[in-house]
Amino acid sequence: MNVLVCVKRVPLTGGRMVLRDDQRALETRHLGFTISPHEECGVEEAVRIAEAHGAATTVLTLGPPEAEEQLRDAMAIGIDRSILLETDGEDWDPDSTAAALVDAIEAERAAGRDPDLIVLGNESADAGNYQVGARVAHALSRPCVNGVKGLTIDEGQVRCEREVAGGRDVYVVPLPAVVTVLEGINLPRYPSVPAKLRAQRKPVERSTPQRGQARVELVRLVVPEGQGRQAEILGSGADAAPAVVEVLRQIGVA
Amino acid sequence: MVLVFVEGVDGAVDDVTAQALTFARRYAANEPLEAVVVGAGGREAAPALGAEGVATVHVAEHEALDAYAPLAWARCVAEVIERRSPGAVIGAGSDRGSEVLAHLAALGDLPLAANCVSAQAGDPATVTRLRWGGSLLEEARVHGAVKLLTVAPHTVAIEDATGVEATVETFTPVLSDADLVVRVCERIAAGGVGMSLAEAPVVVSGGRGVGSAEGFGPLEELADLLGGVVGCSRAVTSAGWRPHTDQVGQTGTKVAPDLYIACGISGATQHMAGCKASKRILAINKDPEAPMLASADYAVIGDVGEIIRAIVAELRRTRGA
Repeated sequence: MNVLVCVKRVPLTGGRMVLRDDQRALETRHLGFTISPHEECGVEEAVRIAEAHGAATTVLTLGPPEAEEQLRDAMAIGIDRSILLETDGEDWDPDSTAAALVDAIEAERAAGRDPDLIVLGNESADAGNYQVGARVAHALSRPCVNGVKGLTIDEGQVRCEREVAGGRDVYVVPLPAVVTVLEGINLPRYPSVPAKLRAQRKPVERSTPQRGQARVELVRLVVPEGQGRQAEILGSGADAAPAVVEVLRQIGVA
Repeated sequence: MVLVFVEGVDGAVDDVTAQALTFARRYAANEPLEAVVVGAGGREAAPALGAEGVATVHVAEHEALDAYAPLAWARCVAEVIERRSPGAVIGAGSDRGSEVLAHLAALGDLPLAANCVSAQAGDPATVTRLRWGGSLLEEARVHGAVKLLTVAPHTVAIEDATGVEATVETFTPVLSDADLVVRVCERIAAGGVGMSLAEAPVVVSGGRGVGSAEGFGPLEELADLLGGVVGCSRAVTSAGWRPHTDQVGQTGTKVAPDLYIACGISGATQHMAGCKASKRILAINKDPEAPMLASADYAVIGDVGEIIRAIVAELRRTRGA
């Protein structure tokens, strides 16, 4: 069995959003980067499937050359190999992103590594377009289950659980299939030092896809105004307790 | 014409749907508004949608539509698009609304702008949409004969509409087996385990500054005294101190309690996306420069454990008096 997981490199934004001068992206010079949270769980899930069923695993990303860092992180968790679709660093629209992923997956199929299960995040932390998984699935004519919080593979099928009001919906679909997962499906492991060293020797295949015309065209980004809160300092340490309890009474929760 | 995808109307229109309908009326301006409802209960929804200014309600009826199947739902909307040629299809940015419009975008090769907070019709249409769970806004142009937009939940103030008598048009969609492969086959009921994080009037939430899983003991005690529940930040979940079901944030639960007590939480944008709708925020933090304090109404500076234990003792003392 082959499992392919798609990830996105996103900045660790910390407490404040600071824009580049052209207002088209975040200023990331002083920020670290990570795998978008849902996809981080997607990586862990792919590794767990491989551990349970003996699958070959691949991590795929579309991003700048520096996204190799996130591919190495995924391989340190236990993914076997990686594919980097290099961009010039600008964020791609969801149509172009899906098209590039589909081309890469078709190439995998042609090379005899057709993924039985394709795992994506339900939505990326930054752009949040909520559509790349569905577009990839449709282009490959494969079923797509979104928002998955529980997943088991059994006899050529994948059983997916999704949280809804009042419980969980269950979907059982045949492989090959596409699933988009949510954080909480698992708790990703921390890679060991030997695993990080091994990841440095695992292969990264690179190619440079062409970007299509964006139909949702970014004009500019705007940092929303704060809610104008100005924290009233009630005190320091244990001595503040009476003032806190007074506030709790005032707002009717004590 | 503007078409609204409505997930279902159980008697009254729910808030998220009413927000999407308000958004759609503004977008449509003087153009007519139509809606598509899939499956059982569609016909019964017509009066409530008429009251929202929807002139025509397209109701998809098919025996296979008794259980939710996202691609089949999208196929039903696609049939109405083909017949009625709307300039835009608008849906609520709920789990299912987002999913059905994503499949519709893929099926029809249409552009989709997700989680819009405002929009202006035109060619191209201009939209403002959420990024980073609302910590950043994006202004964008949407190009295409049919534009798909989802409306970010709880960002649009519901407005009253001029009601009309809605005409009901039922149709039987053509569905293939492939449209029904992904279909709910079982519902597991949630175990009744107390108050949910999303509904609690008070959330006592802990971050890395709580220090350990055991450090949540005093937070539990305070939450019990205030009739609330304990929440946590992503750092806490990642460390394995609390389950993901307790996590507040962009990738956890979004909360809007009367009071949110943020204990040892720095206030990263990922976290604020989940708690900024709280009516009041009390920050307890040893760092007076923590970003959380810029978003809080009240703050206490110092050690989280010591302060919470003192608040618990003070509450007990004053209640006992």
